[in-house]
Amino acid sequence: MPSGFPLPRARNAARSRRKLEQMTTHDLPAALAEIVDDFQALTEADRLQLLLEFSRELPELPDRLKDHPELLEQVVECQSPLFLTIETEQNDAVRLYFKAPPEAPTTRGFAGVLHEGLDGLSAAEILAVPDDMPELLGLTRAITPLRMRGMTAMLGRIKRKVAATSRPAS
Amino acid sequence: MSYAVEQNEKFAAYANPERLVSTQWLASTLEAGALADGKLVVVESDEDVLLYETGHIPGSVKIDWHTDLNDEVTRDYVNGEAFGALAAAKGISRDTTVVIYGDKSNWWAAYALWVFTLFGHEDVRLLDGGRDKWIAEGRDLTTERTAPVPGDYPVVERNDAPIRAFKDDVLAHFGKPLIDVRSPEEYTGQRTHMPAYPEEGALRGGHIPTAASIPWARAAAPDGSYRSREELEALYLGEAGLTAGDDVVAYCRIGERSSHTWFALKYLLGFDTVRNYDGSWTEWGNAVRVPIAKGTERGTVPA
Repeated sequence: MPSGFPLPRARNAARSRRKLEQMTTHDLPAALAEIVDDFQALTEADRLQLLLEFSRELPELPDRLKDHPELLEQVVECQSPLFLTIETEQNDAVRLYFKAPPEAPTTRGFAGVLHEGLDGLSAAEILAVPDDMPELLGLTRAITPLRMRGMTAMLGRIKRKVAATSRPAS
Repeated sequence: MSYAVEQNEKFAAYANPERLVSTQWLASTLEAGALADGKLVVVESDEDVLLYETGHIPGSVKIDWHTDLNDEVTRDYVNGEAFGALAAAKGISRDTTVVIYGDKSNWWAAYALWVFTLFGHEDVRLLDGGRDKWIAEGRDLTTERTAPVPGDYPVVERNDAPIRAFKDDVLAHFGKPLIDVRSPEEYTGQRTHMPAYPEEGALRGGHIPTAASIPWARAAAPDGSYRSREELEALYLGEAGLTAGDDVVAYCRIGERSSHTWFALKYLLGFDTVRNYDGSWTEWGNAVRVPIAKGTERGTVPA
């Protein structure tokens, strides 16, 4: 076993393994499908490592949101405090912002996956993501179903917020 | 031989001071090379399955409450074979002194300690204050993987009866004290689970009749360590109304938060018979025809 955790180890392993195998296709936006394929190419232990890498790569909040915590809402279904908000740009791209403490790496990892997979997509693309997408990561056994629900709740919250902003109540 | 019991004023007031170690004790014991001979093993047990990997006490091993201690199929704990294999893989032998610490005021660490106790592991202690206190004091953390020398652990049959209560035990317990350690909202029945989060909830809200409401975290000080004996007595003897010698059952939602309270009652206040009802509200709140009380009143012993 190598000591320490070189940052992109799991991601690199997934990429090199996937070159050898046929790509799986998913009814998912391209970036998210890529992430799902990465997770699925790995062993369970390496999937956890990859989730840890995502937790480290979750972008910091921009200063204008850092100073205004009231603009974010908490996803109470997560084990640990997670706050998120969305913004829609003029070209209809939806931007996602997350805040989760460093002592909640699993929650940060889930947020990191959703950020990399969904940030910048259109409302319609985000709303088309299946609610059970987190199941595709193959983490349920390693992380337990209880913990996976936090991610499902996070995706649900994003979709509800996107739906609320893109389709004004009639 | 196990390690000498730490002597300090705070611990000396507790019924079983040998069940706790301070961060200072652990730091100096580690510095003296305690991990080298396998007589001491430090275990981290957290709610978050990845937290250990972000940095842990040097030389510590990780035990995950869910993937390591719970049976994968049956709602139960692992059996003697699986526990022995787990312990050995973590470098733990039957006579090893095990010090457990974790996040959130040792919530999950206390749960792991309770499971070690189901298997009669003799010398298992909590690091008072847990992970947060260790970090707050600026002590060492590492992301180095620990490669333990395998221990030698026998297959020990779990002995549930002394410290674990099942639903029927709770039904037979009425008339004796119960402690509900969940939040006030869960106790009154205002809430069974988090909003928009039905999967792990219960069909009914409320509490087991006659249970006193003492949320678990009230036993912890702001730095995550246990409150002093005097403070714990005010809480459990005063507010909850327990008296010395009582036979007590504690419960929460799935039995983890109540392990923290079980530890306080059993080892810090010295109640001989304290059982953790791990079925807790996810079982009671879904069971057919069990009595339930709602609201802030404790309720009466069912007829």
